[in-house]
Amino acid sequence: MKYHILEKDQLECFVRSLSKKMKAVGPVAKGHNNYAFEEVTSASQLSLDYIPTILPPKKYFMPNKEKMIDFDLGGKTPSAQAALECEELAIMGVHTCDLAGIQCLNIVFNERPRDYNYLLRKEKLFIIGVECNKYCDEYASCALVNSHLPNGGYDLFFTDVGDRYVINVNTQKGEDFVESVGLDKAEGRDLAAMDKIREEKRKIFKNEVDIDPKKLPEIFDKSYNSKVWEKVAEKCLSCGNCTNVCPTCYCFDMEDFINLDLKTGSRVRTWDSCQFETFAAVAGGENFRGERSMRQRHRVYRKFKFPVDKFNRFFCTGCGRCSRTCMAGINLKEILKEVAEESKF
Amino acid sequence: MEIKNSNWKSRKAKIINARQMTVSEKWFDIRLEDGELDHEPGQFVQVELFGVGEAPISICSSPTKKGSFELTVRAAGRVTREMHKLDKGDNIAVRGPFGKPFPVKTMVGNDLLFVAGGLGLAPLRSLINYVMDNRREFGKVDILLGSRSPKDMLFGNEISEWQKRLDVNFACTVDRGAPEWKGNVGLITSLIPGINLNPERTYAVVVGPPIMYKFVINELLKKNISERHIVLSLERHMKCGMGKCGHCQIDHPKNYYCCKDGPTFTYDEVKDAKKL
Repeated sequence: MKYHILEKDQLECFVRSLSKKMKAVGPVAKGHNNYAFEEVTSASQLSLDYIPTILPPKKYFMPNKEKMIDFDLGGKTPSAQAALECEELAIMGVHTCDLAGIQCLNIVFNERPRDYNYLLRKEKLFIIGVECNKYCDEYASCALVNSHLPNGGYDLFFTDVGDRYVINVNTQKGEDFVESVGLDKAEGRDLAAMDKIREEKRKIFKNEVDIDPKKLPEIFDKSYNSKVWEKVAEKCLSCGNCTNVCPTCYCFDMEDFINLDLKTGSRVRTWDSCQFETFAAVAGGENFRGERSMRQRHRVYRKFKFPVDKFNRFFCTGCGRCSRTCMAGINLKEILKEVAEESKF
Repeated sequence: MEIKNSNWKSRKAKIINARQMTVSEKWFDIRLEDGELDHEPGQFVQVELFGVGEAPISICSSPTKKGSFELTVRAAGRVTREMHKLDKGDNIAVRGPFGKPFPVKTMVGNDLLFVAGGLGLAPLRSLINYVMDNRREFGKVDILLGSRSPKDMLFGNEISEWQKRLDVNFACTVDRGAPEWKGNVGLITSLIPGINLNPERTYAVVVGPPIMYKFVINELLKKNISERHIVLSLERHMKCGMGKCGHCQIDHPKNYYCCKDGPTFTYDEVKDAKKL
């Protein structure tokens, strides 16, 4: 493991160097305790001490609208070309929960048949993580799924140790950049300071729902017909906010857009939501998840049950966004507590 | 920027024949520019109409038929309604084939009971015709067919062929009769008790609308056919065909994607699903 240090008063120089090299984005305060990943050229724009952004960095990995095909109907026979839109981009200040989210998406899109649009775009992204020394707010459940500590998934990773950042260099790409900026190597006292932060974190970050995560698959095995889903459905408005802001929700739709010349156009991948009423409907009229309770259960199962069976990991990163954004006050931690309680009987 | 290995690339094709089969179903014979579709019975393609969208359609011809493949399309949604406007000579594009085919290899050497309801005959026909072309490999073959009314019956010419064949037992019924109709009237379930079968060595392949499955499967279980020997093809909105977009995921503890883990399943595999 290689570590460097960055004095806090050098952060400005670091951000400027980075944004000169490539487009750089990071968490920016939007008021009312909202944050969003946006382009930055100066450290003064950044808010590295922030609660999870409205949208996770998945918007750079899997854009909300992503062109997959360019077509031209003007010729003798229609022609189509597969398209890829991507650019070199540095994402600064990614929390460990969001790093875990990106790792989940990587697994999904690496599964055969591989999604090359995603995989090629990912290679252009330079990821700089940042450690949370304390909880963002009461919605987080990162300790439950063990995403409060760094588990890879970044090029560089910042830990705030007071007057400076200790930077863990995880890739050659990261190494090259650190060298180009000329950062000093971390010394023993810096690493000791980092260890102390981690020690402190052990006291602060505690399993937020008091359920042994190893028991969760078993709990969900028993919860398919739980009353919780009906209860949640009574509140749910099927707005799809929870899935839009989720760092591991990747369900999509394909839409065709035709240009004003009525000849050329494109096929675009857009985010979709399993919470929408017609998500599982077929043209013949049958709707296979027509009830809200089924759709809410589906969402939670896609975080705690199905991916455990398939990939041996939770697809919940504990970021708390779904609960934070829900207009109806549906709270994931409450759901987990209730199904756990119910499964005891 | 162009991308070479995109999953969204389509295969160009031409419609070499088309026929309106019923008021709502149209049949297409399609030839690919790049050769054979290379599918297996029970698979589907994504039909691509640029500017309109994509729709998953079952392949209704057997892979033993070379040079082209066939689709039977019900005008039900945006893409399929637009597709009905296409005719012989028109260009089209497809992605695929996709999906897990019928377990043909494990069915070899067994008796077969085909149960088709309505448009379910389309995917089942790919298997029936495959079996007809490899008739020696299989035991007794029964085909049961149910339609809403005589005028909704698909593949009329082929049905009369099946009726004539001595190596196939064929029976059909309609939900509602018509003045000229002399055959059975009633639900398809009424045909099953009369079938003489050996449950130990029979595979029942059932394809029809979701409402049909429960009742047909009940009758088959009464005949002592094992849950592992009842094969279904389920309907879902298979948008990407690659097990990713999420639309076709079945409400089942096992997390099946209909497009990748199916659309063909044994009843044993999917009996815990909320809806078949």
